[in-house]
Amino acid sequence: MTPMVKAEQVCKSFGALHVLKGITLEVGRGEVLCMVGPSGSGKSTFLRCINHLEQVNAGRLYVDGDLIGYRERGAKLYEMSPRDAAKQRREIGMVFQHFNLFPHRTALENVMEAPVQVKRVKKAAAVERAKDLLEQVGLSDKATAYPAQLSGGQQQRVAIARALAMDPKLMLFDEPTSALDPELVGEVLAVMKKLASEGMTMVVVTHEMGFAREVANQLVFMDGGVVVESGNPREVLANPQHERTKAFLSKVL
Amino acid sequence: MTTDESPPSAIDAVPLRHPWRWVAAVVILVLLFLFLYGAATNEAFKWSIYRQYLFDPRVLSVGLVNTLQLTVYSMVIAIALGIVLAVMRLSPNPVFNSVAWVFLWIFRGTPVYVQLVFWGLIPVIYQSMQIGVPFTGPTFVQFSVQTLSIPFLLATIGLALNESAYMAEIIRAGISSVSEGQLEASTALGMSWGLAMRRTVLPQAMRVIIPPTGNEVISMLKTTSLVTGVPFTLDLYGITSREIAARIYEPVPLLLVAATWYLVVTSILMVGQYYLERYFARGASRKLTGKQLEALAKAQLGTGAA
Repeated sequence: MTPMVKAEQVCKSFGALHVLKGITLEVGRGEVLCMVGPSGSGKSTFLRCINHLEQVNAGRLYVDGDLIGYRERGAKLYEMSPRDAAKQRREIGMVFQHFNLFPHRTALENVMEAPVQVKRVKKAAAVERAKDLLEQVGLSDKATAYPAQLSGGQQQRVAIARALAMDPKLMLFDEPTSALDPELVGEVLAVMKKLASEGMTMVVVTHEMGFAREVANQLVFMDGGVVVESGNPREVLANPQHERTKAFLSKVL
Repeated sequence: MTTDESPPSAIDAVPLRHPWRWVAAVVILVLLFLFLYGAATNEAFKWSIYRQYLFDPRVLSVGLVNTLQLTVYSMVIAIALGIVLAVMRLSPNPVFNSVAWVFLWIFRGTPVYVQLVFWGLIPVIYQSMQIGVPFTGPTFVQFSVQTLSIPFLLATIGLALNESAYMAEIIRAGISSVSEGQLEASTALGMSWGLAMRRTVLPQAMRVIIPPTGNEVISMLKTTSLVTGVPFTLDLYGITSREIAARIYEPVPLLLVAATWYLVVTSILMVGQYYLERYFARGASRKLTGKQLEALAKAQLGTGAA
């Protein structure tokens, strides 16, 4: 079976700054991959490459067997048109550190927006689905609230519902709890745990080691644009092999 | 802390007094009365002529109508062109970018009155126009610009092009005020750039664009009085001062007539602007609307009673 995400020697640079220096990894279907590491290590950039918010400079990145961002014909690569890139993104949900909810739309409208506008789902059907999703994240009573009237944790749960509304086969989480008050972190992690238990494939950039230990199938420790160490999260966290992993974990655990 | 204490009674304090506000108000009212009394009794204002011409059909059905038409047409063109110019200015394409920059440089850098006089001279500069192959080829269509009677058209174009330069900057500022994350989130949901602009960025930019645009409409209404430079004289100011006042030698009451109607229209526009701003401000504040507060209070009452 093809893995959901397959990265082969993925490199990304911004001008002379090399952020990713050859990332190779695989995420199987229904698996949860957690990426940890110091800031500036390239975790978020890698995540953004997966849905082509950033263009990969070298290497290959596949989601569900499809090359991301390029068409391959013979030995040549052709840059993908914006239209085709948008099509690929529809199947990949993303949750951001700062939620990025649409402030001029209510919670319900936020969740409905992409299905109605992008997938052309009928409005009535989209409303029903959006209500279901808000209930799944425990916010059925906040459907008519605007994002500014919600707490950070509630906003992030709406953002998860919004991403799920497109029925993605892969969910990307970019530090989903880093902008939250400590007491609100739990409610977001609970929703993510439930999602994982329902079989969603997830790539999560996080600093929540407890979540990684409990939920992840695979833990990747990144530093300086390379994967330093990866494996079973319990083993990596309990018994890191590399000096850099040890140094990092001693600071955050 | 014990729970059986009765809740404290609501505070009933003597409100802070502001005596100087009253003094200032009285002084201003007295001055206002003196001014109005002076104006009403001053012969030079010729109030009888003012009353006679206030609802004159030439003032209303020609002057006011032309002024409104000039305002609406030139603003519509200016906003449409302004959006195009703003997007060109923000585009990574260097050709678009520099074309828009030069357009803005010229139309913002010269006075609107000068531009209007220039547009009025177009029939002198380009006496005839022809469509065909340049330099050598055959001419398909040819017409004389001078025989066309187009001062209204020229006035509209002149006002619109000048205004579009300002609208472009207002719209550009509005688009730039929307955080990058909004476009990113839309993109991640599979929206195209155009759809994200239309559904996510522009509606949020509107909150920043609407207030200055309202000011521009009001300002445009008044700027239309400059079309006398084209010359186009059938607008409100042209009719009152050039067509009527110049004939009966009564500039003061007719200026007051024009001023009255300008003021009436700007007042109506201000009311419209208030509602537009309120519509586009939704979601911008944590403050709850009256309806939402009511619902919350009801919910609280429900749990309190249970």
